[in-house]
Amino acid sequence: MKHLLSTEDLSLANAISILDTAEEMAAVGDREVKKLPALRGRTVVNLFFEDSTRTRISFEAAAKRLSADVINFAAKGSSVSKGESLKDTAQTLSAMGADAVVIRHWASGAPHRLAATDWIDAAVINAGDGTHEHPTQALLDAFTMRRHWARLAGTGSEGTDLKGMRVAIAGDVLHSRVARSNVWLLRTLGADVTLVAPPTLLPIGVEKWPCKVSYNMDETLAQGVDAVMMLRVQGERMNASFFPSTREYSRRWGFDDNRLRALDTLGMKDTIIMHPGPMNRGLEISAAAADSPRSTVLAQVRNGVSVRMAALYLLLSGDTREPAAAPALAYAGTHPTKESN
Amino acid sequence: MAATTGTYLIRGASILGGEPADLLIRDGVIAETGTGLQAEGATVIDAAGLVALPGMVDVHTHLREPGREDAETVETGTRAAALGGYTAVHAMANSTPVADTAGVVEQVFSLGRAAGWVDVRPVGAVTVGLAGEQLAELGAMADSRARVRMFSDDGICVHDPVLMRRALEYVKAFDGVVAQHAQEPRLTSGAQMNEGDVSAVLGLAGWPAVAEESIIARDVLLAQHVGSRLHVCHVSTAGSVEIIRWAKGRGINVTAEVTPHHLLLTDDLVRSYDPVFKVNPPLRTDADVEALRAGLADGTIDVVGTDHAPHPSEHKECEWAQAAMGMTGLETALSVVQHAMIETGLMTWADFARVTSTAAARIGRLADQGRPLEAGEPANVILVDPAARWTVDPFRMATMGRNSPFKGRELPGKVVATFFKGHPTVLNGELNTPYAFTDATAAGVA
Repeated sequence: MKHLLSTEDLSLANAISILDTAEEMAAVGDREVKKLPALRGRTVVNLFFEDSTRTRISFEAAAKRLSADVINFAAKGSSVSKGESLKDTAQTLSAMGADAVVIRHWASGAPHRLAATDWIDAAVINAGDGTHEHPTQALLDAFTMRRHWARLAGTGSEGTDLKGMRVAIAGDVLHSRVARSNVWLLRTLGADVTLVAPPTLLPIGVEKWPCKVSYNMDETLAQGVDAVMMLRVQGERMNASFFPSTREYSRRWGFDDNRLRALDTLGMKDTIIMHPGPMNRGLEISAAAADSPRSTVLAQVRNGVSVRMAALYLLLSGDTREPAAAPALAYAGTHPTKESN
Repeated sequence: MAATTGTYLIRGASILGGEPADLLIRDGVIAETGTGLQAEGATVIDAAGLVALPGMVDVHTHLREPGREDAETVETGTRAAALGGYTAVHAMANSTPVADTAGVVEQVFSLGRAAGWVDVRPVGAVTVGLAGEQLAELGAMADSRARVRMFSDDGICVHDPVLMRRALEYVKAFDGVVAQHAQEPRLTSGAQMNEGDVSAVLGLAGWPAVAEESIIARDVLLAQHVGSRLHVCHVSTAGSVEIIRWAKGRGINVTAEVTPHHLLLTDDLVRSYDPVFKVNPPLRTDADVEALRAGLADGTIDVVGTDHAPHPSEHKECEWAQAAMGMTGLETALSVVQHAMIETGLMTWADFARVTSTAAARIGRLADQGRPLEAGEPANVILVDPAARWTVDPFRMATMGRNSPFKGRELPGKVVATFFKGHPTVLNGELNTPYAFTDATAAGVA
C-alpha cells in the first residue's frame, strides 16, 4: 500500500493487516507513556479543505503518538481561500518535504488526484472526500465491530473478520462517504449489510451494491441485527425535498426510544448502536439510544486514533519508502508485512 | 471565385471508398473526374490507397474567440479543423461577449475569413446573453454578413417552453434552425457525471439521462406543433435515440448530432477522477454507446458534431468538481468515427461522407459544402489514408486545448490532404497555407 484512498479496492489481507496493527496501537494508548518513536523525523500534513475538527484532531493525535511532526493546513484563511489550486498546494507541500498528506476535501476524488498526479510524491490518506469515501472511518467502525464480534465469540480479535455479522446502516446513504466506505469494507470482511433509508436518499444504482436495501427500519430490526449504524442527517438536506419534514424522518428512519426498546423486546441483547458523529440528538438518534450501554459512539472515537496510527505506520514505514532510520515498533508484536500497489 | 488556387490532379483516389478515379481540381472547383486524366501544369498527387471524401462540416465547434483567447482562437481552432479534414465549422455562440448580435457574429465571420483555413459559420445565440429570458435579434444575425442560419444557446438549455416555442417559430422566417442543448436544469443541478452505477460508487452528483430525454421529447412535440425545424445537439443516451426515431417516424422535422466521444467512451473512465473525461452531456454507458452507433448508422442521428471544447490546462488540472466540462475533438473526429463506425462494419465511407459532411451542410444551409465529388462542384475535398494508425498526443495538435480524452490511444485513419475551395490547406498530413479570401469574396457569402 502506498496510499489509503478507498475501501473499495482494499484487499482482505490489507484490511486485516490495518485492523491487527490498530490493535497493537490501541495497546500503546493504554500505557502511561502513549508514544512510539516509529515515525520520528517524518512529516505528516493534515490538509483540510473542509472543516472537521474531530477527524483532524484524531489524525493529529495518531501522528503525534507515532512521534511524527504534524503540520495542520486548513484551507480556510490560507492561500487556498485566495484561489490557489490543489496542484499548487500539493507542490508546495511536496517542496516542504511532506511524507504523508492526510486530505479532507469537499470534492469527491480529490485524494485520488493527489495520488495519481506527479504533483506530490507523499503517501496520501483520504480523510473524507465529498460524498465518495471515508476509509479510516470505515476501518474504525470495522475495528469497533470486530472487537464486539470477537468478544461475543469468546476469542481475541486479531486476525478475525466479520463473517456472519448483521449490520444495518441507516440514513442518508446518497450523500454519505461513511456509508460507501463501510459497504465495501464490510463486504470484504464478510459481514451481511442492509442499508435502511428513504428511497430519495439512496443512489441510483444501489441495487448493484453488495448489500440489501430496505425502506423499513422496523422490519430490518425485526429480522435481526448485530449492529445498527446511524448516519448523520445533514442540515442542507432538510429543505431539499428529500423527505417531508425532520419529524417524519425521525419517526420512520430515526433510532428513537421505541426502537431502542424493540431491541430488548426482540431479545437482541448484544446489538450495538453506532454513529460516526457528530450526532443530531432527537433526529436520527434519540438521546436515550446515544447514551445507552449499547452505544459505541465514544469507543469509535477512541478506536479512530488507533486505526489512524495503524494507517500512518503502515504507509510510512513500509518497504516502498526509504526512511533514514527504519523505525520499528518499540515492543514485541507481529510486524506487519507490506505490499506495493 | 478565386482564380489563383492552382491546379491539382489527384490520381487514383477511392471515391467515397468506392472505385478509384482521378479528380482534377482547378480554379476552386472539381473540373473533371474520370480515369487517366491529364492536365498541363497540374500538381499531381498520387492518391493510391487513399479515400476521397467531401470536406467535413462540423455543426458544433467552440472556437472561444472572442473572450477566451487563452483557450483557443479562430486561427488555432480552424488550423485544427483543417488538419482534421474539415472545410467548414459552426462556431458556437458562448463566447465573451456572447454571439447574440449581428456585430459579434460578423466579427467571428471576419476572423474566419482572415484565417482562411475553413469556412467559419457563426452560430447565433437564441437568447440575449444565453440568459434564457429574451430572444436575441435572430433576424439581424440572419441578415448580417455572417448569414446565420443556426441558433443555439449551447452550453445552456433553452429551458423555458414558451421561449423555445417562439424561437422555433421565429426562425422559420429565414429558414433557420434552433439547435438545442437538451438539459433539464433542475434535474442536473450540480451534476458531475452520468447518473448510474458508476456515479453511485464515486459519489459524484448524477446527470440523469431523463434530463436530456425529457427536453428532447418536449422539443420534438413543439417542433411538430409549430411546424419548425429542430436540431438536437450532442445526443448522448439510448432513450434520446428512441425519442428521435419516434419523432422522425411521425414526420417531425428534427435532426440530431452525436459527438465522437459519445460513440466510443463510457463513464467507466470517470473512475480515474481525471477531469479530461468531464464533459457535458456526460459520458454514458456501454448500452448508450451501442444505441448511438446504431442510431447514427440507421440515420436516426443525422450527423457527427465534435463539440470541440478546448480549455486551458489549469481548468483540467484540478479536482473533478472544479474542472471545466469539455473535450477537444476536431483532430480526432475522423479517426474515432472510422474506429467506432467503419471498422465495426456499421458504416461505409459513403455513410461517413453523409454524417460528417452532406447532412451537416444541409442542417447549416451551407450551399457549397457537402457536395458530391463531381465535375462542376466546389472543390472541398479531403484525402484520407484509412490504413494509417497513429497514437494521439495532445501536445502535437494544432488546437491550443490539451484536453483530448483520446490521449495515448492508437486510432486508425489520417487526413493526408484537405482542399478548401480548391486550395490545399493540408498537404502530406501537414498544414500547408490558408486559402486567401479576396475582398470580393469576403464581401458576400457564396
